[in-house]
Amino acid sequence: MQHTISVLVENEFGVLSRVASLFSGRGFNIDSLTVAPTNDEGLSRMTIVTRGDDQILEQINKQLNKLIDVLKVLDFSDGSAIEREMALIKVTAEDESRAEVLRIVDIFRAKIIDVTPKSYTIEATGNPLKIDAILDLLRPLGLKELVRTGAVAIGRGAKGWKG
Amino acid sequence: MRMNGARIMLECLKKEGVDTVFGYPGGTVINIYDELFSFKEIRHILPRHEQAGTHAADGYARATGKVGVALATSGPGATNTVTGIATAYMDSIPMVIITGQVPTPLIGNDAFQEVDIIGITRPCTKHSFLIRDVKDVASIMKKAFFIARTGRPGPVLVDFPKDIQVAQTEFVYPETVEIRSYKPNLEGHPRQVEKAFKMILESRRPVLYVGGGVVLGDAAEQLTVLARKLSVPVTTTLMGLGSFPGDDSLSLGMLGMHGSYYANMAMTHSDLIIAVGSRFDDRVTGKLATFAPHARIIHVDIDPTSIKKNVRVDLPIVGDVKDVLTKMIKQADKAKEKVTEFVASLNPWQEEITGWKMKHPLSYKNSSTIIKPQFVIQKLRELSDDDAIIATDVGQHQMWTAQFFQFNRPRTLLTSGGLGTMGYGLPAAMGAQAAFPGRQVITICGDGGVQMNIQEMATLVQNKLPVKIVILNNNFLGMVRQWQELFFDKRYSQTCMELPIDFVKLADAYGAKGFSTSKPGDVEKVIKQAFKENGPVIMEFKIAREEKVIPMVPAGASLNEMVLNA
Repeated sequence: MQHTISVLVENEFGVLSRVASLFSGRGFNIDSLTVAPTNDEGLSRMTIVTRGDDQILEQINKQLNKLIDVLKVLDFSDGSAIEREMALIKVTAEDESRAEVLRIVDIFRAKIIDVTPKSYTIEATGNPLKIDAILDLLRPLGLKELVRTGAVAIGRGAKGWKG
Repeated sequence: MRMNGARIMLECLKKEGVDTVFGYPGGTVINIYDELFSFKEIRHILPRHEQAGTHAADGYARATGKVGVALATSGPGATNTVTGIATAYMDSIPMVIITGQVPTPLIGNDAFQEVDIIGITRPCTKHSFLIRDVKDVASIMKKAFFIARTGRPGPVLVDFPKDIQVAQTEFVYPETVEIRSYKPNLEGHPRQVEKAFKMILESRRPVLYVGGGVVLGDAAEQLTVLARKLSVPVTTTLMGLGSFPGDDSLSLGMLGMHGSYYANMAMTHSDLIIAVGSRFDDRVTGKLATFAPHARIIHVDIDPTSIKKNVRVDLPIVGDVKDVLTKMIKQADKAKEKVTEFVASLNPWQEEITGWKMKHPLSYKNSSTIIKPQFVIQKLRELSDDDAIIATDVGQHQMWTAQFFQFNRPRTLLTSGGLGTMGYGLPAAMGAQAAFPGRQVITICGDGGVQMNIQEMATLVQNKLPVKIVILNNNFLGMVRQWQELFFDKRYSQTCMELPIDFVKLADAYGAKGFSTSKPGDVEKVIKQAFKENGPVIMEFKIAREEKVIPMVPAGASLNEMVLNA
């Protein structure tokens, strides 16, 4: 089962490699990983999308907590979070397909951010499933290049998670 | 006071109570060595190989409970420490390893003797630091020692670039240390302890399964008190040996692959396993699917990741084992009547265990013509001091020692359990002897492993460390040979050490004493003679070449499927 885990880490030298090597060294999967500084200068927040059964997820959580630079680990497995991902997508857009691409972009409330006579570059934001869906529609039209950020997640409700 | 980074490093060691450092000089630590030249508060021992220096720091830490310190130069010096670091990591030994590093402007440039030692050791250290500013030396050292010795202990590496060693700043040692992201949970939850105690009273076939955590947590006394109060039989892992007196009637000795028949039978038939500071290693559990099929499991460990890693657990208690055991003793003291009833109810279980002990005691067939290794171990036990420290290497002799030495005190067995590092015994004994010059320190080795760090003979002689080195020589890499005999149709591929070594001459070459015998009748005489010597001694016993370690649970088999006969 896929899980989205938020990890609050000290902005220390090598912290990303510690987390990454934990996953590779123990044979855990990473579907995506994002990391950037938070409001608190000393901290960064990672969002890791991973998969495994309950026992593996429990180990992932515990092993992350065991790293000295990790302050908090939050597993958003129960739908308690809002997830967003951005994709930059370069598609073939010539003659008859130009209008079709525009229609899809419109339906998904995405944006065209670069145009050439032969292509559109699209910025799409949303739940990772939404990104999958727009890609499924664009793929037959000719996908030239794709960059996804990986998911970021934030808990629902009024309560904030420091950092 | 203003001083350079190198001097600050030494002052920090002093502040942490370090009296001995095992180190090897080189280009990027030459400034530290220059400061050390006039720094008399710290004793420096120069091994003949950085790997041995790291094992010595490890042996020092295991024997004393203090943090062991090793020092090495950058590049090859640093990479030579890796086996020692990994050995310590697998057995949770508190250590600080300081490595020199090329000057910060050169890092990443493939400079001479540059290696990314932080990257190389990331999976086998508890944590690591690269010092990038001389102002950080003191706080990083404080953190390094704090992290190494607290929680589940482990090795911490500090990478120290040469330019930082030279840079100057004011030396202020922080009084306290606060790491907001590192707060080990030391206190076992009282409710969980209560529940555990209730589960114990409900059980009729309980076993205490005890690991190295009890030794590391200095909780042997509490464990012994609790086990005796409740009359619960105790089996220990290799790392747990010594945490409960081996000669106590409740002792089942070691369990697992080369554990006793009765320990493994007790685990298999138990209805409650109380795991304390142990981690259900594959050498202990055998085939997981059939491990302790009737037992509920209570797991006490300071490291949450150890719990439910390999086996299901009915009641986890995260905390310092000493704290949890003390709380359990209090529970027992509060419920005296119930405890008396409980102890009486265990009689059938104790009888069953006694039956297993009688059926298949640990034994071997002695001989009057050829030396049996188990006989040497028993003689060593008989003739050595009660508080003697035994360091083993890895292999058959290690298992024979675990089976037949009967350890009664914690921190008297130093052995590489998790990593299984050949070459560990001699340097670890060296570290222990440096810590305890007045105690008897013996290393029991095979002829294979002892040659992996034999160069340390020089260090022993030079530093007047009177380690007694026992070599059980079968001219084989015996443990692998045993597997080849049992599982590979006696195809002894590359396990015969064909060239016989004259260990007496070798001892002589280093300026030490050497004795050798192949006669069972001479074993006692040789040991007595060696123990009388003031300096290091090699005792070589030419043993029965194809003696096997028995009993044995073959890899992947269940604990109750033991090979019992040689």
